[in-house]
Amino acid sequence: MTLKTLLAASALAAMGSLATADGHMTDVKVGMITTLSGGGAGLGIDVRDGFMLAAKMAGNNHLKIVVEDDQRKPDIAVQLADKMIQSEKVDILTGIIWSNLAMAVVPSATAQDKIYLSPNAGPSALAGKGCHANYFNVAWQNDNLHEAAGGYANSAGFKNTFILAPNYPAGQDALTGYKRMYEGELAGEIFTKLGQKDYASEIAQIRASGADSVFFFLPGGMGISFLKQYADSGLDLPVVGPAFSFDQGILQAVGDAAMGVKNTSQWNKDIDNEANKAFVDAFQAEYGRLPSLYASQGYDTANLLLSAMNAADINDKPAFLAALKAAEFDSVRGDFAFDANNHPIQDIYVREVIKEGDVYTNKIIGTALSDHSNVYVEECQM
Amino acid sequence: MTLILFIEQVLNGLQFGIMLFLMAAGLTLVFGVMGLINLAHGSLYMVGAFAAAAVAGWTGSFVLGLAAALAAAAAAGALVELLVIRRLYDRDHLDQVLATFALILIFSEGTRYLFGSFPLYLDIPDALTGPVTLPGGIQYPAYRLAIIAIGLTIAAGLFWLISRTRLGIRIRAGEADREMIAALGVDISKLYTIVFALGAALAGLAGALVGAIQAVQVGMGEPVLILAFVVIVIGGIGSIKGALIGSLLVGLTETLGSIAMPALFRLFMDNSAAQATGSAIASMLIYVLMALVLVWRPQGLFGARV
Amino acid sequence: MSRETILNAVIFGGLLAVPLWACIVDEPFTITLATKVAILALAGVGLNIALGLGGLVSLGHAAFFGLGGYAMGILASHAQSYTPLMESPLLIEGTKSMPIIWLMALITSALAALAIGALSLRTSGVYFIMITLAFGQMFYYLSISWPAYGGEDGLSIYVRNGFPGLNTLDPIQFFAICFALLALALWLNARLIRSPFGLALGAARQSPQRVETVGLSPFRLRLAAFVISGAITGLAGALFADLNRFVSPTMFSWQTSGEIMIFVILGGVGRLYGPVAGAALFITLEHVLGGLSEFWHIYLGLLLLLVVLFARGGLIGLIAGREVHHD
Repeated sequence: MTLKTLLAASALAAMGSLATADGHMTDVKVGMITTLSGGGAGLGIDVRDGFMLAAKMAGNNHLKIVVEDDQRKPDIAVQLADKMIQSEKVDILTGIIWSNLAMAVVPSATAQDKIYLSPNAGPSALAGKGCHANYFNVAWQNDNLHEAAGGYANSAGFKNTFILAPNYPAGQDALTGYKRMYEGELAGEIFTKLGQKDYASEIAQIRASGADSVFFFLPGGMGISFLKQYADSGLDLPVVGPAFSFDQGILQAVGDAAMGVKNTSQWNKDIDNEANKAFVDAFQAEYGRLPSLYASQGYDTANLLLSAMNAADINDKPAFLAALKAAEFDSVRGDFAFDANNHPIQDIYVREVIKEGDVYTNKIIGTALSDHSNVYVEECQM
Repeated sequence: MTLILFIEQVLNGLQFGIMLFLMAAGLTLVFGVMGLINLAHGSLYMVGAFAAAAVAGWTGSFVLGLAAALAAAAAAGALVELLVIRRLYDRDHLDQVLATFALILIFSEGTRYLFGSFPLYLDIPDALTGPVTLPGGIQYPAYRLAIIAIGLTIAAGLFWLISRTRLGIRIRAGEADREMIAALGVDISKLYTIVFALGAALAGLAGALVGAIQAVQVGMGEPVLILAFVVIVIGGIGSIKGALIGSLLVGLTETLGSIAMPALFRLFMDNSAAQATGSAIASMLIYVLMALVLVWRPQGLFGARV
Repeated sequence: MSRETILNAVIFGGLLAVPLWACIVDEPFTITLATKVAILALAGVGLNIALGLGGLVSLGHAAFFGLGGYAMGILASHAQSYTPLMESPLLIEGTKSMPIIWLMALITSALAALAIGALSLRTSGVYFIMITLAFGQMFYYLSISWPAYGGEDGLSIYVRNGFPGLNTLDPIQFFAICFALLALALWLNARLIRSPFGLALGAARQSPQRVETVGLSPFRLRLAAFVISGAITGLAGALFADLNRFVSPTMFSWQTSGEIMIFVILGGVGRLYGPVAGAALFITLEHVLGGLSEFWHIYLGLLLLLVVLFARGGLIGLIAGREVHHD
């Protein structure tokens, strides 16, 4: 697969497709900036594959997509955004995985009157005072899954939780989000070093704290390390975390250490609706692996865009924005609507890690929060 | 902090230090004997972890995985030495830095090409899962104790190798006077390949041992590499003893500092702010330690020369 | 005129001609790329003073690059939110004016270079490489975990800072600013090489004892070179932050140090125009190879290896021949 895939969706679909009913739809050019190389490439690849799958299934030949790799570097992301806006003349940007890259790209892109659809990162700054009519988050506001974990902790009867996250803005937001919903006491609160791989010291503190449960937010390799070491420590307090450490991509690397752990997510492959079934089947058929949370977000992002393209012309900006905001598409996660600050209102589920044959995956065991929005809506003046 | 918690943290610091020692020993040997700075040492650590994860996944045996890690890292080390590194011995450090930086790029992306972008799975062997109870009622993971034991054994083995064997005599002679031992008829290029492969094997072993409790992924080697540099600067280049003392110092400072600093700031700040500020300061502690050692002894604790 | 002089003129003219051409055919992104080349070349010119002239292999120049970037980020973010930087004992306001930001970037990075240099220059050789690398990492971790200025998220500046009389949002005008500063730094560098200071520094690189016998301190000469070097790299950092309208801890990462060093070496160590040629080649490669394969770092690594092993003078050395008086 080459990096600079200029993929005209039409090339993949049969002639005379269904979506171009009116016959004179304007082309919409999308620039996708995502992480395809280096550490964290797995997430970007999933978002891209999910997005491309939706584009292919819709067969809308007016959707033109350019994909570029940001290498998870903010400066590269900014330059790609400049390139896509200045040279490729894209109408819409999407694809960024990481909050820090989103903060680097989104404010200037929306200021230049481009639409940005976020398939993953949802920093609070862009949900509150920094919200923008051109910015839509199709995944979640960053705090959401942590808030859901706090909500779940209440219903599970946890009274004394030990919480930990890396010492960087998303980590600080995670602990704030958990505490916002959680009603019990805190046995301890720790900020670890970003990228830290050894949690022996933290686990010792958990053991000494007398906690009845543990909440952690440690994305990527950090979470793998923590779970393996926790399982090996002999501690058996219940653990809760957001879905990021229990995603399809990394669950296989955690292995048995993750079995039975509860995690919060707005999506899972067993959500029972037509759109989700079609997505899970098509994704497996196309790529030969189970879809991840990130793939579902990429897929939803593309379908949101396609729904707006069917309803309005990109050159009529107000109508197109209104069509996006209406969110008239079948989300794989079920009910989906945008709140006033263009962030989702959605159910957030509790999942449990199980083993299906040889593959570790998740199963939904309950709903943590229903029709959940975010606390930043009030601060947003559009 | 209770005494039990303190002892547990000291053990954690010790175990971290021992791992750093396996990395630093190879680096310091390669520098001492060949005068080469090798930035790609972290890549060999990664090669070891990936080889162990692949073989252990395939055969189901952790021991075979460890053997594969040793073999793969030593082989990668020997290959790199034969193809690239040996052309760099006469060059200045600048060329060595750039060439080994290039090797990092090739190793990292090459591994990603072979194994994909997702982390690999490597678990600790069944015999060593779970904690053991130490005297005083301390619960401590058996696997970490095993790492400490393996590391100390290897340290002892290295001291024996350097001080008692023919190879060790040659290595020490190589450190003292390269031209002379070549003149005495020692096959110097073979010696270099062996020393480099030995250092690589140690790094690979460290990667595999750590891979079982952490994540096996691309880029895992570089943060450890930089810590190993700090260790060597503190301990003194070319000194195995310095590497051991330096590793333990860094391991203990890093582990105990990350608990002590937030506790210190909690005295005059609220909990969350103290956590954030304390962690920020704690992350700088080992560099402050390095700076202090430099002011006191620029050649490191056990270094022979500047 | 030597071949190197002609080549330098070609490189300099080329860097000026490409964006002008892009301006005419309306390819604004090419101008942005050329601006990036000019800024990274400036960082390389800074490093080259330590590396080429002083023989100091610093693998920690990202510290100065990042400090320059944060000088811009912190001043501009305070100006953007109309909150003063400091109220007591004296009032310091943020600013969106480039000259003031540059001055602050120069001062901060020079002070940091003074402190790091004073410690690191107690050693030499491979110790120096590892210590500068470690100090760079120290800034990296501090910038990630210090809560006040965005941590890992970095700081976004919504509108590029201003320069009196120019519209900095226009790509070609911003390029002109960066290009002018690069030209100034190159001129300064050329003057420095021929100055008594530069000659003494070169002598200290080749034979410290000889310099000491004439009553000069190699340590002070090197420290001065390290400070000048750090300050110029810091200025480049401020411009780089302005190019992206964004600063983040990535600027402090050790890969950044490695890349700045690559610019210098690709072009040719100790060559006046080495960093310019190196940065131009690197950015071009990044775009050509990056378009060919997800795994383009492998090709970049192979190319670097070939340059180190077989083309020791870098690009300029390859074309203009080896310097006669290279040590």
